[in-house]
Amino acid sequence: MNNSTAIASILLAGILTNNMVLSKFLGICPFLGVSKKVNTAFSMSIAVTLVMVVASAVTWPIYHYLLMPNYTYLETIVFILVIAAIVQFIEIFLKRFIKPVYNALGIYLPLITTNCAVLGITQINTANQLDFVRSMINALGAGLGFMLAMLLFSGVRERLETANIPEFLKGLPITLISAALVSLSFLGFAGIGG
Amino acid sequence: MEILSPIILLAVIGLIAGIGLSLASKFMAVPVDEKQEKVRECLPGANCGACGYSGCDGYAAAVAAGEAEPNKCAPGGASTAKALADLLGVAVEAEPKVAFVGCNGTPECTKQRFEYQGMQSCAAANLVHGGPNACSFGCLGFGDCFRACPFDAIRMENGRPVICVDQCVGCGKCAETCPKSLISLIPQTAKVRVGCSNKQRGPAVVKACSVSCIACMQCEKNCPSGAVKVIDNVAVIDYNLCTGCGKCAEVCKRKVFC
Repeated sequence: MNNSTAIASILLAGILTNNMVLSKFLGICPFLGVSKKVNTAFSMSIAVTLVMVVASAVTWPIYHYLLMPNYTYLETIVFILVIAAIVQFIEIFLKRFIKPVYNALGIYLPLITTNCAVLGITQINTANQLDFVRSMINALGAGLGFMLAMLLFSGVRERLETANIPEFLKGLPITLISAALVSLSFLGFAGIGG
Repeated sequence: MEILSPIILLAVIGLIAGIGLSLASKFMAVPVDEKQEKVRECLPGANCGACGYSGCDGYAAAVAAGEAEPNKCAPGGASTAKALADLLGVAVEAEPKVAFVGCNGTPECTKQRFEYQGMQSCAAANLVHGGPNACSFGCLGFGDCFRACPFDAIRMENGRPVICVDQCVGCGKCAETCPKSLISLIPQTAKVRVGCSNKQRGPAVVKACSVSCIACMQCEKNCPSGAVKVIDNVAVIDYNLCTGCGKCAEVCKRKVFC
């Protein structure tokens, strides 16, 4: 397998096969919380993708040059620390220099500070021993996969608003049921791209 | 001693992140308008959007910049308006407003033109020839306003919305939702209200509903303060002039006033 096909397969696997939300069940909180409208879901996914890529770029050298080979057990706690700091820094940076982006991302950026999908992707990178470029591609794929799941599901939820749902299933129950069905449909991708 | 090195490592990483962030927040600080923050503290934080801005933050920015009046906050009411006015040093008059449904037509008063079996919402029913009611201006009674109210101030009674005046903060969410535009915001102190919005004339209105305004002009002629006017074949009260004497309600043969 040459380089570009490998990269394409990592990207595709991140979006479809190993979808962050629908296959790995990480980042369920924003998936259920911010998916009521397509626009907000889109803003949230952009923020998640951005933070995933930046977090992967920063945690990779930390893991490979600081924690390897003796302190790999510190991975989780160090990553949490670093990701929280990065998100805060990105927020300050955007507020100062790119105000429109800051306004567009709004509340979603600080919300991601403690998002398990972001921590998850950095740990998946180290667990799979990906090199730097592949880590970035993997993070980008996972972010796009998150976006795909969010957009699909917010579409479903906008339909649910007008659907005639039995009284006892209204609200969260029907949301969880439809999330399960969407997740089930992604099971069909298993085996593609490896 | 083996435990010492990971502790030091972690502490150093934390320290670097901490120093980095504090430096960043210092050098990249964005000056926030002090007034805006103070205004924001006075607002209730319901983010209902009744003021016409994106939320409490948006409204606070507009008030601080002098672009918005301080009495726009519906949930905060008079107390918030006063607090904001004190803060800005301007005088303000805020009269609490409540929602009012401009239709008295219960299902007994108005006939059905056809049997509607579609989706149980006013918006949907309105799309089918303006709804099943004989009066095409009146309340459809599927409770879109009831579902829109963020403060539980509307309850459905006998297929019509009833607004609980104590709970209503006058945010106007129901008024936006009503496909017939029947709900308006009126002063809480209003004693007389017009419970009909039918803009047709005479026989057509009588046929449609038993408590409808036929534009007979009696209320307009008998109002001592000139507050009631018949506009587009339906009585309208100007609450700046209305004294609440109730003369209009006395002379009305169709029991439109309530």
